[in-house]
Amino acid sequence: MTKQEILNELKTVIAPYTTNKEMLNSIDDNTDLIKDLKINSANLVDIIIDAEAKYDIEIDYDSADKMVNVGTCIDVISEKIKEKNEQHG
Amino acid sequence: MDNDILNYLPYKSSFRFVDNISFLSENEVVGDYTLRKDAFFYEDHFVGNPVTPGVIVTEIMAQIGLVVLGLFLMKSEDENSIAAGNNFPLLTSTEVSFHKMVLPGEKVTVVSKKEYFRFGKLKCYVEMLDSADELVAKGFFSGIIKKVELK
Repeated sequence: MTKQEILNELKTVIAPYTTNKEMLNSIDDNTDLIKDLKINSANLVDIIIDAEAKYDIEIDYDSADKMVNVGTCIDVISEKIKEKNEQHG
Repeated sequence: MDNDILNYLPYKSSFRFVDNISFLSENEVVGDYTLRKDAFFYEDHFVGNPVTPGVIVTEIMAQIGLVVLGLFLMKSEDENSIAAGNNFPLLTSTEVSFHKMVLPGEKVTVVSKKEYFRFGKLKCYVEMLDSADELVAKGFFSGIIKKVELK
């Protein structure tokens, strides 16, 4: 799965938690979820849980801590997908 | 016995909206509160026609459904994690619909079921019922309990 694919899917995961739809359409790696998209920090937990369900992955506390902007979210998700695929050979 | 948890609540008198906890487990809490006829908000809401404000109904649901269950879950993880007076609950989101009015003196029961408790955030589906077991309000509540070290 490419980063671009994850980025496009991430938009649908984030959509319920932001009212800034214009900003959502133009997000890039540097978009900050809290500052730019005005998502409250507790809703980051919902985004993490939704991403886990979508990709059938588990995101631990340390990884979750890194997920502050779109770029780091994509990094964590792609890393966990890779780990999962390696485990299942 | 379940009422022991109430000692850890950080509220006092006019803003404590829990009388009794009748059921408490890792996944669910049931508690009740009887609206005091002399509560401060009835005099002004509304003048000559006292009705419990929606924000107070919401607060009752949050105190029983989120704060009591949240303290219990934290205590289950670590017995010493919730020293009385050091807990600062923060409501992070609510989505509530109201179905019936609550009048002064009424006893309401709150039933809260855990959706998840992760990264310190508790999300629950909460219902409030009146003494006839009719639905007063329902919705999803989320919050975190911050630990503050008091001097």
